Amino acid sequence: MSAAAPLSSRGRTWFDALADGAQRVETGLGSLLVADATLTGERVRLLAVVPDPRNRFPRARHGELGLEEGWALARHIRDAIAADRSDAKRPIIAVVDVKSQAYGRLEALLGISFSLAAAVDAYATARMAGHPVVALIVGSAISGGLLAHGDQAHRLLALDAPGVTVHAMGKDSAARVTLRSVEALEALGKTVIPMSYDIRQFARLGLLHELIAGIDADAPSAGQIAKVKARLAAAIADIRVDPGDLTSRLNNAEAKIHRAASIEVRRRLAEQWDAS
Amino acid sequence: MTPTEQCTDLTAAERRDRFLSRRSVIEMRARERAQALLDPGSFRELLGPFDRLESPWLPLQGIVPQSDDGVVIARGELAGKPAVIMAIEGAFQGGSLGEVSGSKIAGALALARRDGEAGKPVLPVLLLETGGVRLQEANLGEAVVAEIHAEIIALRRHVPVIGVITGMVGCFGGMSIAASLCSYLVVLPQARFELNGPEVIEQEAGIDELDANDRRLIWSLIGGEQRYETGFADALIEDDAESLRRTIRDLAAQGVPARHRTEAVDDYRRLLAQIDPTGPLDGPGFRQIWPRGAMR
Repeated sequence: MSAAAPLSSRGRTWFDALADGAQRVETGLGSLLVADATLTGERVRLLAVVPDPRNRFPRARHGELGLEEGWALARHIRDAIAADRSDAKRPIIAVVDVKSQAYGRLEALLGISFSLAAAVDAYATARMAGHPVVALIVGSAISGGLLAHGDQAHRLLALDAPGVTVHAMGKDSAARVTLRSVEALEALGKTVIPMSYDIRQFARLGLLHELIAGIDADAPSAGQIAKVKARLAAAIADIRVDPGDLTSRLNNAEAKIHRAASIEVRRRLAEQWDAS
Repeated sequence: MTPTEQCTDLTAAERRDRFLSRRSVIEMRARERAQALLDPGSFRELLGPFDRLESPWLPLQGIVPQSDDGVVIARGELAGKPAVIMAIEGAFQGGSLGEVSGSKIAGALALARRDGEAGKPVLPVLLLETGGVRLQEANLGEAVVAEIHAEIIALRRHVPVIGVITGMVGCFGGMSIAASLCSYLVVLPQARFELNGPEVIEQEAGIDELDANDRRLIWSLIGGEQRYETGFADALIEDDAESLRRTIRDLAAQGVPARHRTEAVDDYRRLLAQIDPTGPLDGPGFRQIWPRGAMR
């Protein structure tokens, strides 16, 4: 590494906290951290996308998921799947603090959708191969960032802390696309639950397995780190009992209230699928 | 399978007749497209407008909902074999996917998977005219798009999943990831296919990065022909319903590909390593270094 200290980010903070000194797997990218750490006596693969001011793709220097990051995530997830083919399937933990995907002309030309899709595919393939897959949201989880790095997990966990936010698009762009002001967008988020940028509102949609309270997301204490590790271990144990697929996000009390339409669509579609 | 290749062995008169007999897919609405692709008399819509499954979130924002929420699910037969068409209506809310419209697609894919696992293959065809996640239903739109991704990946082990991007909306956002996951992708020259809409790139990166009003530039980067020539799509066809139907039939007959594009990890990374991000690279230049078969 150069003399310049790596840019601090929550993704890096939590990756380091969970890795706890475990040797890093060489990724060839300053923006992708991978390690096989030990969690309650079990080996787990940790992956985090972090800011890298020297990223050779300028549009991916602030922790965005860029062309290289998506394919590299896929490589390191698939490596774990291949290594564990006839072995115990190690859990895979995505530490999520991703601003968004990278936006740029070169990214458009080179087909960045395939890069994100490669990561989606790898996470889903790990899930279907029997690896417990957990995503821990510690900061931003915006747009394609979460779709590619987190959304295919068996379980989504998040810290209940300021700055932890999930959304389909950053505020400025969302305002432009929907022809609204940023203020109007924020006001709507207070009444229309899926529009909110607030993680507690997100939890009401039934999409989170757990919202972990009482954690300093920027500077966690040893006790707080131990608590998060315990919650991750509990989520992994829960997956081993009942893995399910993403539809488990529909089978909970919150979803029954706020995703009633999703449930109704699937129920009636199944009724009509085969001609009577 | 380019439009010109298809026409080279025809006489001028035959080309004229063929042009005159074309039925434009671009000019059709989603329901007409599904009807045009399925064998005559076999079209059966599921969760149609009379089922009245509308977005619960749009009226809260003063937006009039639509009684099919902009997605048509149709079962029937394509060239004599069971198929399900999932057609997004680009004319409603920019083809964006919300809780209901997205769940219709995710649910249909899940049922096709159930049938596939039971040895009753149903050919899934996605007609992708979509801006991606519906921002008025932001987090729920994203959640259902993630469900669609999961279902495509699970389903394509059993049957090839075929995506079609016709234009003029194009295919963007989280649904461009869905398109990237498809076994086979069919595009028209009028289509655009990219993760980020040009307006969003301009908003996020500035007008020097990309001028969203420069249509020629946009199509040279993400247009259907460019995507086909650089191997991101499997077929480039003219705007004709019969051509589209035959192309889907022929791709389906190839079965599940030995490798999906998103599994070509090392090949893509090797090609990416050759790219100099500081150097100029335009559409024609990219075609030179990224040949059509690179990801297969």
